[in-house]
Amino acid sequence: MLNRLFVPLAVVAAAMFAYAPFMILNAPYEATMGLVQKIFYFHASAGMGLFLAAFVSGIGSAVFLFTRKPAADRVAVAGAELTVMLGLIVLVTGPLWARKAWGVWWQWDARLTSTLVMWMIFNAYLLLRRYGGPGSDRLAAAVSLFGMANVPFVYWSVNVWRTLHPTTSVIPSLKPGMRGPFWFCVVAFLLVSTLILMVRTELEKRRQELDELYLAVED
Amino acid sequence: MSLDFNQLRIVDVSRTFGRRRALNKVSLTAGAGTMTALLGHNGAGKSTLLSIAATLLQASSGRVAYGDIDAATGGSALRARIGLLGHDLYLYPELTAGENLEFFAKVYGLDGIARRVAAALERAGLTDRRDDTVAGFSRGMRQKLALERALIHEPRLLLLDEPFTGLDEAARSALRDRLRVAREAGAIIILTTHDTAAIEGLTDATATLVDGRLAA
Amino acid sequence: MKAFARAVWVVTRKDLLIETRTREILFTTVFFALACVLVFAFGFVKEGRPMEDVAAGILWIAIAFSGTLALGRAFERERQGETLRALLIAPIDRPALYLGKLLGILILLAAVEILIVPLVALMFQAALFDHALIMVALLVAGTLGFAAVGTLFAAMLVRTRSRDVMLPVLLYPLTVPVIIAGVRGTAALLQQPADLPMARAWLSFLLFFDIVFLTISLWTFEPVMTE
Repeated sequence: MLNRLFVPLAVVAAAMFAYAPFMILNAPYEATMGLVQKIFYFHASAGMGLFLAAFVSGIGSAVFLFTRKPAADRVAVAGAELTVMLGLIVLVTGPLWARKAWGVWWQWDARLTSTLVMWMIFNAYLLLRRYGGPGSDRLAAAVSLFGMANVPFVYWSVNVWRTLHPTTSVIPSLKPGMRGPFWFCVVAFLLVSTLILMVRTELEKRRQELDELYLAVED
Repeated sequence: MSLDFNQLRIVDVSRTFGRRRALNKVSLTAGAGTMTALLGHNGAGKSTLLSIAATLLQASSGRVAYGDIDAATGGSALRARIGLLGHDLYLYPELTAGENLEFFAKVYGLDGIARRVAAALERAGLTDRRDDTVAGFSRGMRQKLALERALIHEPRLLLLDEPFTGLDEAARSALRDRLRVAREAGAIIILTTHDTAAIEGLTDATATLVDGRLAA
Repeated sequence: MKAFARAVWVVTRKDLLIETRTREILFTTVFFALACVLVFAFGFVKEGRPMEDVAAGILWIAIAFSGTLALGRAFERERQGETLRALLIAPIDRPALYLGKLLGILILLAAVEILIVPLVALMFQAALFDHALIMVALLVAGTLGFAAVGTLFAAMLVRTRSRDVMLPVLLYPLTVPVIIAGVRGTAALLQQPADLPMARAWLSFLLFFDIVFLTISLWTFEPVMTE
């Protein structure tokens, strides 16, 4: 599809990730947390990539459910796997940051909790596809669709739930010097996410072509 | 709402599950008032073909036509003219014979339910067991009830999956008679079995599936 | 429209008929909910006095756990004898089938809650009925949200391997908003003095969730159930 663009974009992404640590190093320190806060650049960017992947998976699933186009299902699977992967990054970097910044590994912070729930939903998607037996592609598509629709509800309810109690885990508002590195990292992550989606979709397409070849051999 | 057809045409139907091809370009035609037997070993694809004919499963390729109506566009009106009886009999063991029949009669939107239920029980020879729960019935009795349930809406197309399994000779004979009656009434009957002896002298045509293909 | 409503009622009535005859799911679910409440009590009662807010949490967890069990069992019934197949081949509209099963589950869960809620109020000295109207509204809206998603998934998993464990794995993350809203809404009512605006806010949230997910479930029931 965008095959010709893939290699140049991959090079750009690699370059961005190579440069990112330097940008982050030169970014201003945050007042209270110091060095530790700098994990935020990757943590928050991964979070954005995660929600993008979840939406892509959800929309692909919806299209697949109603049109049965295999291409839509491929996109859905790719999105779900990416969601799980980025979710893992967010859920590991989050507690690492929290531990150093506020002394506790986990604090039922609104964003982390929402991410955890989303991560579990898409894990369930992958479990269903793997262990559900025949026909589980449609069933998993329903899970993904519901998962995507759930995002605003989970986020809102966890947010309100958390603000009822005093909390120290408020993401600091960005100082001017931080915005540059932040958006740079966001773009880098979104770019890599898109590239991974493309590769994974292509892989799924090859897998289906292999199935068709198996069937053709029988004829 | 009322839809009817005189012929079932299955044209070059294939069905794949991942890497496994369950059916490979199978074609079959059956007209009203005929009984066709689908033979083959377990795993040959008989149940798959029956599910496709019942509109419960979509074919991966090929066409299924009910008269002029296509499987994809038939909708619930088409389903109202199809009767299916699987190996598991589709009965609620906690309900009585009468209640099972009544429920399905209502689901099919039939009128004169009391009359139809009484007639069905009569044909199954279960009139005195009307208020007994199905859980207490023998296999043969359940089979008879299940068959009447499948026929209660007078379907044009009747599909039966291994209906002779687990029946003694008397029950088999009763089943054969009941099917003959249905055939006289103009139904298109397709049944699967791997027991050729059971259908001797009964069917008008046979088709044999071997590994998803029709044997000549 | 009338035919649709009649179809829904035929399915629900059949489920209720079976249930009133055997009372199997009702009794086992009630006792399971009771067992849940008991186990949680041992976890959360300190020195003979329940910790704050515990009643709200325990109530909704008991509802979620026993609801999942009831859903699984209700569809297990349709798996025996493969009657779900018979229903799918009938001319009944798929959404009517979904609503019929949903209504049956709701009535069953209502019966369970009628017994469990007063019991929780008693055992945890929680004034759950001071604002009975809002409490009941929360219970209805929350149970509806839970059951709406649960009915779709339980139906969808009927022929799936590992369905017993897959249902909770799928259902719990997806109904997190319902649990949060139910617990927080109930807790708001239990506060001294009760925080009525907060409870009403959570109630509105639940109703919104119900509308959205009931719609999505009705919409996706057909494609999900056809092979």
